Amino acid sequence: MKMSPEAKHNLLDPLIGNNPITLQILGICSALAVTTSLKTALLMSMALTLVTAFSGASISAIRNHIPGSIRIIVQMTIIASLVIVVDQLLKAFAYDTAKQLSVFVGLIITNCIVMGRAEAYAMKNPVGLSFLDGIGNGLGYSLVLIVVAFFRELFGAGALLGYQILPLTTEGGWYQSNGMLLLPPSAFFIIGLMIWAIRAWKPEQNEAPDFVIHESHSHSTGEAH
Amino acid sequence: MEAYLSLFVKAVFVENLALSFFLGMCTFLALSKKIETAIGLGIAVAVVQAITVPVNNLILNFLLKDGSLMAGVDLTFLGLISYIGVIAAMVQILEMVLDKFMPSLYNALGVFLPLITVNCAILGGSLFMVERDYTFGESAVYGISSGLGWALAVVALAGVREKLKYSDVPKGLQGLGITFITVGLMSMGFMAFSGVQL
Repeated sequence: MKMSPEAKHNLLDPLIGNNPITLQILGICSALAVTTSLKTALLMSMALTLVTAFSGASISAIRNHIPGSIRIIVQMTIIASLVIVVDQLLKAFAYDTAKQLSVFVGLIITNCIVMGRAEAYAMKNPVGLSFLDGIGNGLGYSLVLIVVAFFRELFGAGALLGYQILPLTTEGGWYQSNGMLLLPPSAFFIIGLMIWAIRAWKPEQNEAPDFVIHESHSHSTGEAH
Repeated sequence: MEAYLSLFVKAVFVENLALSFFLGMCTFLALSKKIETAIGLGIAVAVVQAITVPVNNLILNFLLKDGSLMAGVDLTFLGLISYIGVIAAMVQILEMVLDKFMPSLYNALGVFLPLITVNCAILGGSLFMVERDYTFGESAVYGISSGLGWALAVVALAGVREKLKYSDVPKGLQGLGITFITVGLMSMGFMAFSGVQL
């Protein structure tokens, strides 16, 4: 099947060019909380991608029948139902990991990516494109989650997906684990640095500064004003 | 009483919703540019949180729990959809009540009230209440204190960001990037409370 240019754009653009987390500032809560290990991050990404795609598709399918004044409630109900399905599936098939995710599966309901895409895209576009848009944004979110979780688990616990990669000093190896990376502040630092890296690569994403600091021209006087 | 006090301190400082559970981050980052707006948002979140957590506790205990409505009926799987429903309804009612009786506060809160429905700190508070099995009294205290903790964090961040405007930040870090780093440092500061117990 050959993809139309718009479908391709919907799928690939949110990966880096228009990433939901680093540019649109959507869905940050869960991105930070579930990234202490790669496994929880992967599960969370899967759950969120599915919910975004299917909520996009179903909201788009009934978009012409939703009265404008109650659209938020309608979207909310559709999203909440999908999240309940995902929650029950996770409890049935991946109980241990679901326990680690604790409240964050439920919080997909209020994840701004799902709501944001439903409101900004699915309400105006056909079903197929909305589905792809959901998948694309879900993948952009997953990409950030996986990168952050990779660094936090590898350097914080010396492991990836639970397998020991760097042998820890406590077990006779050489790697002194950095416990800081398993604590909340490190997630903020990693995402902050990631945003810096992406913007260094794509300077058009830079934000305009609130103030411009001019070079001072009054060196000759040498007096404080 | 001591247990409640300890829960209060824990929810405000040690387990701050914004800085150690990352809840409500979207609005936390987007609306913390000015202290004034941050205070308005903080008050709105604290008020809604203080109402919804105990109400959801009642809903859970008297409607959803196994055997509470009728013997043999377990509706806990409907939890998520009922909590979000309660939150949306509460926000709507609060909006109407404020509009009628306290127009000045209503105008001050402005657009933030409807936004609160999709703030994960609110839903997160209710979900933590369920997960930790709080009683009605505990959930009332938890609702008030966690909302207060969130408000405190957002006002503090706004204060830092107002000062930060005048500093020379590297190009790619301007705006969102430096905010993340700031919040990281703040969250590290709040970790100092982690041993506190009453």
